Amino acid sequence: MLVTSAVPDRIAGIYADGWSRIVATMIRFTGGDWDLAEECAQDAFAQALQKWPASGIPDQPLAWLTTAARHRAIDRIRRASTEAAKLREVAAMDLEPPYPDDSEIPDERLELMFTCCHPALSLEAQVALTLRSLAGMSTAEIARAFLLPERTLGQRLFRAKQRIANAGIPFRVPPAHLLPDRLPALLHVLYLLFNEGYGDAQKVRLCQEAIRLARVLTALMPDEPEAHGLLALMLLHDARRPARTDAAGDLVTLDEQDRSRWDQARITEGAEICERALRRRRAGPFQLQAAIAACHATAPVADQTDWPQIVGLFTELARIAPSAVVELNRAVAIGMADGPEAALPLVDAIAETGQLKDYYLFHATRADLLRRAGRGVEAADSYRAALELAPTDAERRFLRNRLQPH
Amino acid sequence: MKYLMLVCTDPSYTPGQEEGAPDVVDWLEEMNGKGVRLMGHRTRPASDATTVRVRNHQVLLTDGPWAETKDQIAGFDVLDCADLDEAIEVAAKHPMAWAGMIELRPFWPEEY
Repeated sequence: MLVTSAVPDRIAGIYADGWSRIVATMIRFTGGDWDLAEECAQDAFAQALQKWPASGIPDQPLAWLTTAARHRAIDRIRRASTEAAKLREVAAMDLEPPYPDDSEIPDERLELMFTCCHPALSLEAQVALTLRSLAGMSTAEIARAFLLPERTLGQRLFRAKQRIANAGIPFRVPPAHLLPDRLPALLHVLYLLFNEGYGDAQKVRLCQEAIRLARVLTALMPDEPEAHGLLALMLLHDARRPARTDAAGDLVTLDEQDRSRWDQARITEGAEICERALRRRRAGPFQLQAAIAACHATAPVADQTDWPQIVGLFTELARIAPSAVVELNRAVAIGMADGPEAALPLVDAIAETGQLKDYYLFHATRADLLRRAGRGVEAADSYRAALELAPTDAERRFLRNRLQPH
Repeated sequence: MKYLMLVCTDPSYTPGQEEGAPDVVDWLEEMNGKGVRLMGHRTRPASDATTVRVRNHQVLLTDGPWAETKDQIAGFDVLDCADLDEAIEVAAKHPMAWAGMIELRPFWPEEY
């Protein structure tokens, strides 16, 4: 028998895992009415909070919640509609047998993920929908995470749901021939969420949700190595979070981080997931980035980092997903493996294309290589260029420290 | 679902971008055969357009399109598709998606 005070905690746990399941089921049940689906899911949880402390948690909580949500939906449609056809439809809905068992409720979270991340929606709409419908964050919570007025976010969500219905965006997992386009788009949204949370201690929740959704995704698509690659990458980055900033909130570079503060369990898990994914021999950008992160995370001290292997991984990454940023990172790795003189020509080649001239890390990287090559005057110029472009105070402080010899 | 497929030219067209594009005759054959394309036609350029307005019971005419629009309508098709994904696939196979651009406008539902 449960102690009553533990019930709200358990409901919170059931909410974390069950919200998206129930929303997805209800979207199907209401024939694509997202607003109604969410409202009914919310109502079901409100009922649970009210009833379960006295009655105890039912054996099949998901089935209980889904049944409650369905009753609410039928009620709502019946009251809102005077149309005979609609009422006949509702009567038929009422006759569908309730789910007897949690395990018999179809899991449609994958359908929900792909619909939330449909490329016909704007990226910001995709992000907002993912956080609301999948992560179960409230409009107010999402608004806070993005420093936007709640009203703005509410409107954004409202329009996104309208658009899904009006434009005819299907609620389904894309067929095989569309997956090569759609899966990377979905992974991109999850990684964007993670990165949004990674740079800011106030937004840790976004990282946690991104990791949780990536876990769900890998469970539902076990044969997609890139999904595993993304999960591994996020775990490996997240493992280093405690050491990324010092007591004053300043950024600490990878080589100067206190490695005893890294989360070893996360590193082990991330590295294992990455290795298993790569064994499928369908390496993609996320798997390669995870492998690079694993090289860093598993080095006992910075000096023992396997730079030649990192160079190899960046070379492969530049081949399958070429970009100036990847070239820059490859140059950094070469600088570490073979010395700054080997890397500077590569950095200068990027400078000639002009592609990264507004990217502060480009100038910071060039400055660092020049400094290590003993070309102090040129290094100072590059540090100043970086300083002008750096987006945050922490980054500016870091660059200023480098500019002033101690 | 029904969609109006507006076939438009692209002001930022660069020669060669349509290389490898499918043939419009093949497109017509495939989409008519599948029953996805209900009707459609090429339209004459904006310079041959007439804009009609009725104000104070008077018919007012302007030669040319109603506004300066960057993209110019070159034709239209009416599609009947299962969902937006199918409509996107149909549009992406049209040669003007390569040489120009295509806008998909869902119809309001017919039943009220």
